[in-house]
Amino acid sequence: MLLIHCPYCDETLPEMEFAYAGEAHVARPVDPSRTTDEEWRDHLFVRSNTRGPHAERWRHVHGCARFFNAVRDTVTDRVLATYPAGSPRPDLPGKDTP
Amino acid sequence: MSRHRIPGRGRVDAGRPVQFTFDGRSYDGLQGDTLASALLSHGVHLMGRSFKYHRPRGPVTAGSEEPNALVGTSRGPGRTEPNTRATVQELRHGLVAESQNRWPTLSFDAGAVNDALSPLFSAGFYYKTFMWPRNFWDKVYEPVIRRAAGLGRAPTEEDPDIYASRYAHTDVLVVGAGPSGIAAALAAARAGASVTLADEGTEIGGSLLSDPGVEIDGSPAWDWLEDRAAELRDLGVTLLTRTTAIGYYHQNFLGLVERLTDHLDEIPHGAPRERMWRLRAARVVLAQGALERPLVFDGNDRPGVMLAGAAQTYLNRYGVAVGERAVVVTSHDSAYYAAFDLADAGIAVPAIIDTRAEIRPDLASEARLRAIEVLSGHTVTATSGRLCVASVTANPVTGGEVGEGRQLRCDCLLVSGGWTPSLHLFSHTKASLSWDAEAGTFLPDRSLEDLHLAGAGRGLWGYAASLSDGAEAGAAAAHALGHAAQATGLLVARDRIGTGITHGQLPTHRAPSRVRAFVDYQNDVTAKDIKLAVSEGMRSIEHVKRYTTTGMATDQGKLSNLNALAIAADALGTTPPQVGLTTFRPPYTPTTFATFAGYHRGAAFEVTRRTPIDGWAEENGAVWEPVGQWRRARHFPQGDEDMDAAVDRECRAVRAGVGIFDASTLGKIDVTGPDAATFMNRMYTNAWTKLAPGRCRYGLLLGEDGYVRDDGVVGRMAEDRFHVTTTTGGAARVLTMMEDYLQTEWPDLDVWLTSTTEHWAVVALNGPRARDVLAPLVEGLDISGEAFPMMSVAECTVAGFPARLFRLSFTGELGYEINVPARHGRALWEALMAAGADHGITPYGTEAMHVLRAEKGFIIVGQDTDGTVTPEDLGLGWTIGKTKEDFVGMRSLSRPDLVARGRKQFVGLLTADGAVRLEEGAQIVDDPDQPLPMRMIGHVTSSYNSAALGRSIALAVVENGRERMGETVHIPMPEGNVEATIAPGVFYDPDGGRAKL
Amino acid sequence: MTRFSAAALVRNALNGQTGWTAQWPDAEPKGAYDVVIVGAGGHGLGAAYYLAKEHGITNVAVIEKGWLGGGNTGRNTTIIRSNYLYDESARLYDHALDLWEGLSQELNYNVMFSRRGVMMLAHNVHDVQSFQRHVHANRLNGVDNRWLTSAEAKDHCPPLNISADARYPVLGAALQKRAGTARHDAVAWGYARAAAARGVDIVQNCPVTAIRRGADGAVEGVETARGLIRAKKVAVSAAGHTSVLMDTAGVRMPLESFPLQALVSEPVKPCFPGVVMSNAVHAYMSQSDKGELVIGSGTDQYTSYSKRGGLPLIEHTLAAICEIFPIFSRMRMLRKWGGTVDVTPDRSAILGTTPVPGLYVNCGWGTGGFKATPGAAHTLAHTVARGEPHAINAPFTLDRFRTGRLIDEAAAAAVAH
Repeated sequence: MLLIHCPYCDETLPEMEFAYAGEAHVARPVDPSRTTDEEWRDHLFVRSNTRGPHAERWRHVHGCARFFNAVRDTVTDRVLATYPAGSPRPDLPGKDTP
Repeated sequence: MSRHRIPGRGRVDAGRPVQFTFDGRSYDGLQGDTLASALLSHGVHLMGRSFKYHRPRGPVTAGSEEPNALVGTSRGPGRTEPNTRATVQELRHGLVAESQNRWPTLSFDAGAVNDALSPLFSAGFYYKTFMWPRNFWDKVYEPVIRRAAGLGRAPTEEDPDIYASRYAHTDVLVVGAGPSGIAAALAAARAGASVTLADEGTEIGGSLLSDPGVEIDGSPAWDWLEDRAAELRDLGVTLLTRTTAIGYYHQNFLGLVERLTDHLDEIPHGAPRERMWRLRAARVVLAQGALERPLVFDGNDRPGVMLAGAAQTYLNRYGVAVGERAVVVTSHDSAYYAAFDLADAGIAVPAIIDTRAEIRPDLASEARLRAIEVLSGHTVTATSGRLCVASVTANPVTGGEVGEGRQLRCDCLLVSGGWTPSLHLFSHTKASLSWDAEAGTFLPDRSLEDLHLAGAGRGLWGYAASLSDGAEAGAAAAHALGHAAQATGLLVARDRIGTGITHGQLPTHRAPSRVRAFVDYQNDVTAKDIKLAVSEGMRSIEHVKRYTTTGMATDQGKLSNLNALAIAADALGTTPPQVGLTTFRPPYTPTTFATFAGYHRGAAFEVTRRTPIDGWAEENGAVWEPVGQWRRARHFPQGDEDMDAAVDRECRAVRAGVGIFDASTLGKIDVTGPDAATFMNRMYTNAWTKLAPGRCRYGLLLGEDGYVRDDGVVGRMAEDRFHVTTTTGGAARVLTMMEDYLQTEWPDLDVWLTSTTEHWAVVALNGPRARDVLAPLVEGLDISGEAFPMMSVAECTVAGFPARLFRLSFTGELGYEINVPARHGRALWEALMAAGADHGITPYGTEAMHVLRAEKGFIIVGQDTDGTVTPEDLGLGWTIGKTKEDFVGMRSLSRPDLVARGRKQFVGLLTADGAVRLEEGAQIVDDPDQPLPMRMIGHVTSSYNSAALGRSIALAVVENGRERMGETVHIPMPEGNVEATIAPGVFYDPDGGRAKL
Repeated sequence: MTRFSAAALVRNALNGQTGWTAQWPDAEPKGAYDVVIVGAGGHGLGAAYYLAKEHGITNVAVIEKGWLGGGNTGRNTTIIRSNYLYDESARLYDHALDLWEGLSQELNYNVMFSRRGVMMLAHNVHDVQSFQRHVHANRLNGVDNRWLTSAEAKDHCPPLNISADARYPVLGAALQKRAGTARHDAVAWGYARAAAARGVDIVQNCPVTAIRRGADGAVEGVETARGLIRAKKVAVSAAGHTSVLMDTAGVRMPLESFPLQALVSEPVKPCFPGVVMSNAVHAYMSQSDKGELVIGSGTDQYTSYSKRGGLPLIEHTLAAICEIFPIFSRMRMLRKWGGTVDVTPDRSAILGTTPVPGLYVNCGWGTGGFKATPGAAHTLAHTVARGEPHAINAPFTLDRFRTGRLIDEAAAAAVAH
């Protein structure tokens, strides 16, 4: 069970309090009607599926109920950083390899 | 006193005999015994049969790594378990143990014919045959193989025991309470850290319990242990014995299983059998120790062949001599100490066979003192004995040549091939290991977790080394947490230090085909099998393991993995790390299913949500239906009505008079704020801006993929406040979706979302007399048809309770939904029942509700839709706000496939014969006579008998269905084809006049 | 290659097992092949086999980063069934099932396909409606599947708890009798041996680091730890690692990789027939030929390549097993393991061509890849050989995520594969 730091509550808490919510920084187009089918497909379905540090969304569903972003290494599962929704992805050094 | 018990020796209580049975025969043991030690005290070595060849087997260990001595245990109805390790099962009064995998008896097992045929049953033999005739595998061969396989028998009755679980946090968790673990716990606790010390054994001490001759700080080992146990208690250390750390999960989260009652004569009332500790530790010290490694030689599996350390444990801890004449074969110094202890206890030890040419001088002279012959530079090439070992053949090895053998008589053969650090938990963390060529074993390398290793678990040997290493690890753990900690050294006298070498298979001069040297005892994998796998191209240890099944038995390779690896590496002419190490996987030892389930069993498996009116329904004979986590009243049968009769009656009552329905499970979300209407416009397909306060509208919610996700009536309570209802199952999903968009896509909108599902109890009144029942109870609102028309909402008082009153209809009749604070739900219900008594008010359940809405062609999301249905498919295009530029899912509606012709459209279906009711899910075709596979053009989504229409009705999705009104389609059923006509989906009161009364 | 037979077993029993040869040589890669397949799981090895056998293309290499069959082929719970709802899925999985039935003989390798039946439990009215829809659709598609009452379900599987007051009562079940299980490792080994016998090179411990494209955009080969291997046709069949590889060819995929866990109990004598699945509680179980109860669970919630998985999921899965089969609550879990499954938005596979000429992809099987093995391999081989899909895999395009023509089994039934 992962430990995750909620950037709003400022507490590090077990994964059971949180719900995963998919890749982060996939912004909904401002005007979807202007997107091509390809662009809309990319928005809906295409994901980076990164092997390594992955920017993703979590929701503190059994806490403050707010969505936030995290960078987590998908090889080790370790959360490297969390930050509020809407903030840019922080620069982090390298991979979290053992 | 049993024959092999040595009075005054061990930690068993000679004053407390314990009766038990094994294979129906009564024995006595002593308090403190394990089942294995008690049987050994009676000279019983034969405790089981192997998996494949049914070879007779006795215990080789005295611990949880035991592969052979597995028995069925029981203590009354429902309390039986297979494959219990006799070496860890503590003796209790009345313990019933049965041997397994044998027929008719343990000493005469017909299955042993497999042993004679073993040349046929080489590694992977089953991949090479049983293929002809083609249909024989699962009909003939496999059933025979399955009956022969398996070990014990699964329980057949429900388990009456309960199982507990607990979360806990600790600064430092120390796994293993041997010398290094104790030292670590002390160092950390003395520094002020909170410490949990866990050990799978019955008491702390680990190997010290088998080495009473060692002196620590001037005290005999066992006195030292007693003092340390007291000190640990005084320091407030949480001491968990009989507790196995089964798995090491992310970020120092460990699962520990504590066994609470299996060792007790009586189970205290209400006591859980086992407890799962879900423990999060700031630092972990792994002090798991090391496991002794067997040697691989012909006949190394006979009962009486046992690890030297195990024999030493049986002697020193349980006061049991495992034989009268013990020969030792070893490649490690540690076995000498076992031999000396046995000899000193009066057991004949004629010889130590050592594979090494050079013997440490002090050990050699100690052996001489005890008249033990040391055969250095020797190998073992054979043993004899059927149900117990009777002799061993030792041969000198010179310059790689195996010389003439010498047979040594014995009734037990003590074996040591060195020690393997227990790196299981360390490996669970996906840590890396490094190969120590000199020690012939893997050692811990790196892990991402905040952990320390100590003692034999990282390859150290000897008590002084382990104690100081443990103390340093404990101090380091405490230091890392900000405590000033120091490791104090300890003086150890009569330490038992040693080194050794490791082997694959011991050298032999015998023809390979005649040698049966076992690597994995339980699964009957021999060195020959491993070499065969290699010669057949299995080059990775994972392939070797899977091909031969080595390491896959209930001990999970604790004894066999490194020997298998060494033999495979030898066969490949490479080094073990080149061949790889199979992954260690949780749990460390086999763990009861129910212990994982904990309290989540039976009714507590998952929460059951009940409405405020649930109690009334229960008292009035409701038949329940699970819907999501809720239970809902499906119908209210009277007398001996079946469901059809009850539903028929309930429907008629609603159409003719008035029915009452508990709609409390409907999801409810309060959407409030200056931008509430904007938010609703973006979320739902509908236009909300012009909806006036006090009015309601049917809302449709899509996913971003354009498919219908949810629906419900939305009331506008005020300019800035919407009362949104959702489907019962969709409530949480819809709120999550709304929050997601609000928080992350449109954070600029000033809106608050609140789940009010459980705030409101909701009672629906439907039927031409609904107003007659309701009106007298309403205060503060004129509910006449003119003042409070269809799709109105208002706040008022109903039966004295503050209410939100909706006028809407899911049945097609005059209808109201009365929301009151949940605590008043039942009182409101009862008030309405009383008020409606004269009107024949009839409670109805979900089934009647489904029929009534189907008569009106109203969809149920999830039943008439399946996640691939668009608003247009449903004929609900009218819900889409015509001037809206965007809402969730809008863009997807113009994707090529969603505007293509031939989509399935929602329609009604009427069977040619109204007495025939279609099956929900039945498939629709144009041509019932076409061959399989048929071209299906749709399916029946809902189907009922309609009391109002006096016939069956159905709803369906059909390709281009709305263009095909009146056309005939076919529903081919196993019993024959059913004809039906496509019809509009509204069967009853198509103009909707009844709801507008 | 030694042909496997009972006679060969007897002969080798008498000659000390000296007559067996390597089942597949450990090949060093050549500089170029006609076709390179990335990933030596059952799908990749099978595709190589069918390329050689049915299309005469034998200059083929299967490149594997670890040991063959070590990915999801060797980590799954071996369930084989074809009772899928949509025509497209039913055809594909039934094609696989047809091939499963003759696979042991075809490969001269006993893959132990056992038609022990797969039963799926319905716990609420919605399940009943959904499974009956499956049963009807399957019947008209010629796919075996039948509806059982709860009493019939209990007859089929006596350990089942059908008490009406269970938290998850059993209202009925759908049973596909023709479905069952197979020995997962044997599938990879059997295909490897048969492919190798036809000249296919199987290269293990050779990670592919990138797919190389030429100036014209077409595939030129793959970069590996042992250098460039040229090929005009490359098929990626790398399960959870597909996204990473396809990225190197400039193709972004609608895939996410999740950890999936499974576990087995200690072995016991036969006590459990066939496979029983309960999607409502996310657990399924069968008993292996060795006697272990084999139990599968759902995926963890986050994407991951760690193959690790958490304790809560196992706790939930075993609680579910204890709920449905209470008599097994004292059984013991022997080991659990994890795999990485690649999941598409509609939970159906992608099998076919890509925007890159010469590049083919077979991925997105989620938790359902094992059962498809022969069917996927067979149609992938066809697609690679002809440069266009077989009718059976034609609907499983990458393009469907643009058009919206999804094959959404999960949405249709909330059914885990």
